[in-house]
Amino acid sequence: MTDVAVVGFAQSPCARHSDSTTSGVEMLVPIFGEVLAATGLSKNDIGFWCSGSSDYLAGRAFSFVQAVDAIGAFPPVMESHVEMDAAWALYEAWLKVLTGEAEIALAYGFGKSSAGVLRRVLALQLDPYLLAPLWPDSVSIAALQARVGLDAGLWTEKEMAEVAVRSRAAARDNPGAQLAGEYSSADLLAAPYVADPLRAHDCAPVSDGAAVAILAAGDRARELCPRPAWITGFEHRVDSAVLGARDLTAAPSATAAARAAGAVTGTGGVDTAELHAPFTHQELLLQRALGLGEGVRVNPSGGALCGNPMFAAGLARIGLAAKEIISGRADRALGHATSGPALQQNLVCVMEARS
Amino acid sequence: MDPPLRAPLEIGFDYTRSLGPVLSQFMTALAQGRILAARAADGRVHAPPFEYDPVTAEPPAELIEVQPTGTVLSWSWAPAPLAGQPLEHPFAWALIRLDGADTAMLHAVDAGSAAAMRTGMAVRARWAAERTGHIRDIACFEPGTEPGPVPGPPDGHGRAGQEPVTMITTPVRLSYEHTASPAETAYLHGLAQGRLLGQRCPVCGKVYLPPRGACPTCGVPTADEVELPGTGTVTTFCVVNVPFTGQRVQPPYVAAQILIDGADIPIQHLVLGCEPAEVRMGMRVSAVWKPPEQWGTTAENIDHFRPTGEPDAPYQSYAHHL
Amino acid sequence: MKQQAAVLGVGQTRHRSRRADVSIAGLCREAVDRALDDAGLTLADIDAVVVGKAPDLFEGVMMPELYLADALGAIGKPLLRVHTAGSGGAATGIVATSLVEAGRHRRVLAVAFEKQSEPNAMWALSITPPFSMPVLAGAGGYFAPHIRSYIRRSGAPGHIGAMVAVKDRRNGSLNPYAHLQQADITLESVQASPMLWDPVRYDETCPSSDGACAVIIGDEEAARASDGPVAWIRATAMRTEPTMYSGKDHVNPRAGADCAAALCRQAGITAPAREIDVAEIYVPFSWFEPMWLENLGFAEPGQGWRLTEAGETGIGGSLPVNPSGGVLSSNPIGASGLLRFAESALQVMGKAGAHQVDGAAVALGHAYGGGSQYFSMWVVAATP
Repeated sequence: MTDVAVVGFAQSPCARHSDSTTSGVEMLVPIFGEVLAATGLSKNDIGFWCSGSSDYLAGRAFSFVQAVDAIGAFPPVMESHVEMDAAWALYEAWLKVLTGEAEIALAYGFGKSSAGVLRRVLALQLDPYLLAPLWPDSVSIAALQARVGLDAGLWTEKEMAEVAVRSRAAARDNPGAQLAGEYSSADLLAAPYVADPLRAHDCAPVSDGAAVAILAAGDRARELCPRPAWITGFEHRVDSAVLGARDLTAAPSATAAARAAGAVTGTGGVDTAELHAPFTHQELLLQRALGLGEGVRVNPSGGALCGNPMFAAGLARIGLAAKEIISGRADRALGHATSGPALQQNLVCVMEARS
Repeated sequence: MDPPLRAPLEIGFDYTRSLGPVLSQFMTALAQGRILAARAADGRVHAPPFEYDPVTAEPPAELIEVQPTGTVLSWSWAPAPLAGQPLEHPFAWALIRLDGADTAMLHAVDAGSAAAMRTGMAVRARWAAERTGHIRDIACFEPGTEPGPVPGPPDGHGRAGQEPVTMITTPVRLSYEHTASPAETAYLHGLAQGRLLGQRCPVCGKVYLPPRGACPTCGVPTADEVELPGTGTVTTFCVVNVPFTGQRVQPPYVAAQILIDGADIPIQHLVLGCEPAEVRMGMRVSAVWKPPEQWGTTAENIDHFRPTGEPDAPYQSYAHHL
Repeated sequence: MKQQAAVLGVGQTRHRSRRADVSIAGLCREAVDRALDDAGLTLADIDAVVVGKAPDLFEGVMMPELYLADALGAIGKPLLRVHTAGSGGAATGIVATSLVEAGRHRRVLAVAFEKQSEPNAMWALSITPPFSMPVLAGAGGYFAPHIRSYIRRSGAPGHIGAMVAVKDRRNGSLNPYAHLQQADITLESVQASPMLWDPVRYDETCPSSDGACAVIIGDEEAARASDGPVAWIRATAMRTEPTMYSGKDHVNPRAGADCAAALCRQAGITAPAREIDVAEIYVPFSWFEPMWLENLGFAEPGQGWRLTEAGETGIGGSLPVNPSGGVLSSNPIGASGLLRFAESALQVMGKAGAHQVDGAAVALGHAYGGGSQYFSMWVVAATP
């Protein structure tokens, strides 16, 4: 199999209410410039572009079309789009490098979550006959999942608050984070529920943002980056859409993806993981589902709980995990992305440094 | 630079969905005050029924009836219900395993307060007075161990068990805030003053009207403002003969691509003030603005373009824009 | 590095203006089950699923692949959802092909659909954002001015568009799945139909259809294990250019021409008109046939209409175009691109029934999306 590595990553600062349009161009232009400059590439060096975004975030059909303006797609480029988190756009870009159709590929994602009422819009992801007409919002669904775990003794509200405390503390080192700082779980637990059993700190903020990552193959990767993050496993799986038929305390698709991607823990396993967990209990659930032991550094960026730009957050997890390797802070890292209600679909990308 | 202009964008449509055989049976039963379920290949009873078995991906062989009572397997509290949700006062969302089923159904429980909710409690369906064969025929669930009353057949629908329900209607209403880009904002402020302001790309030098977030060929923001006249050339056009929603002018009328003098890309607009048959490629036109008191930050300030009567522009002067 | 891939089976629905007999899942399964049957496979044999469709607002379901995971047998498998406007169906086929060519999977199911009757199809296309000029001309009105430009540039006689409509609708009557099947359509009847957006008449425009298409793509081992004929994928290509930019050629878009050139290079084709036996290309308005013939390199610029006029693009001609009836006969938007790919495969598999082109050994499938912005194409053949 062709050796492919993440050689560059950039993200826009996560903001509650950016001035950008829903086409993402204003958020993308600066980070395209940043990632191309960091790798010494120009737009003409990119063999394949792939984006991830959602029309429903924008309230307009074909909302991803204008984002192409940020590319400057002339002469015409090889380009595609998934209506999913850009982590899956990165996956499609990886395929094009594997087949040899591109030597260098770029994946980008963007989302202006603040344009609509996000948690209400996401109700439209549900079964159109049996659920969507009731408009169950995404926070309430996550809350149902949280309670199943609480009832089963898999996590406690205090452990959930501690996830938020750890995330926000770590995010102080992440200039792109929306929430960061020193908090105490006692203070957080004193706040009222927003969706019993979830409190505000248990939920990711609504964020506008964008992210971009560059992949390159073999020797080209070594030319572009002194310490590339080599992809050793890249897998994704999906579970049933029927919430009432799933064990909501498990994420079989995450477990299967991690296993297939070779995300072994312990000796020779990953030392760092960026998990796309927009809810505190989901970070605890995913740690278990992915088999991450106590020695693994989880979400050094603060994770989605400190900034969750829809359709870019999953790609950002992979990019940030790659950065841990590129910077020398990690030797083997995992980036995870999720899609759909209550962790229905999951993707895992395992990367390593090589001498 | 002015802050970007923002405005509300409401989208809404009443989607008419056909149900197919399995859901049709389920919804027809709801109209009758009954709940159907499907038995999967592994023996588990799914309520509501699946269209395709999660393990075998086959449709259910048959549907069976389950009780309108059940057990709460999990719940969350909704203190401030959103538009379209089952109740307008605070309520619980719950996963409810109906008696006779092995899986849970997601619906609302009108418990009055979070203190009244607990995992494992018994609930029963509260039926809507008027039922059409829709998941909302169950208005919500409420605490209780015995089945609740099923209000009489819906008035005037004649639906109670006579005609199968094959369609549901789902209104979808969403509210957004639309934001204009900095370039578009400057353009819109210009329009509010009766001016046409394009922007030039610093790399390729082309003047875009309206300006975009970035030059589409170069990927860089355009910044240099270029004021343009209201005159231009029709590069190509069509005659709209068909009525459709949102039309301002009675067909037939001309929708044209108009290359404003000094711009490097045509805009789409109406050409009025002559017979549609008189419009030609290359025709010279000029903008007809609405009265100034009607101007706002909108492209609609220009009502249409009218022929100026000048000789047509030579084909070569606009051929590369076709 | 790149593995060989082939089409193992094809399925589609009976396309109609309203499929009120099925749910969205049911519509997809009709196509999927036919494709599985065609390939002699079951869902258990499928390793990954790729879904394609046009904007979510059309059906009012956000990211419908999530809801469809159970129906498509995708639980526990990789699932992707592609969206590149009108070319999306074809891009879906290309992504599925990439999964096999990259050596990731043995057999991949590509399914594309649209259930346009759930809203009315025009609604999602005519949402005007604030500050903008309201859509002045409707969907066809966007393309009609560029058709006028083609007529001017090429000097084509005015009846060419109608000739395409007659051919495609009559072809549709040979295709049991086509939405419009008009065996009795004539040049006179087309030219008498109402003028919608001058110069485009009612009978020269595509219908709005509910429909789905499924294609199963396998690797070489799966292809050789197949009982029936397969369609070997010789080449795929995708290109994008901005919808609007200064100097854009709307009649002969650069992205389309670049895409076709890359495709032919990959397939080792130097004289497309001679070496390609049949083409399924995306013609939603009649005049796009001569325009795309030129854009694809089948004819010199300005000469495409001569092939149409001479009858060469009919089933018995030297370059049959859209023997299935094409988009003019069926247009479930998200599926139309995959239908072009599927029909091209059916031709070289010898399974096109009444609309089979005799001896078709090499076929081209083509789709475009947006304002002539996205282009997806492939070449399939009876031999690897």
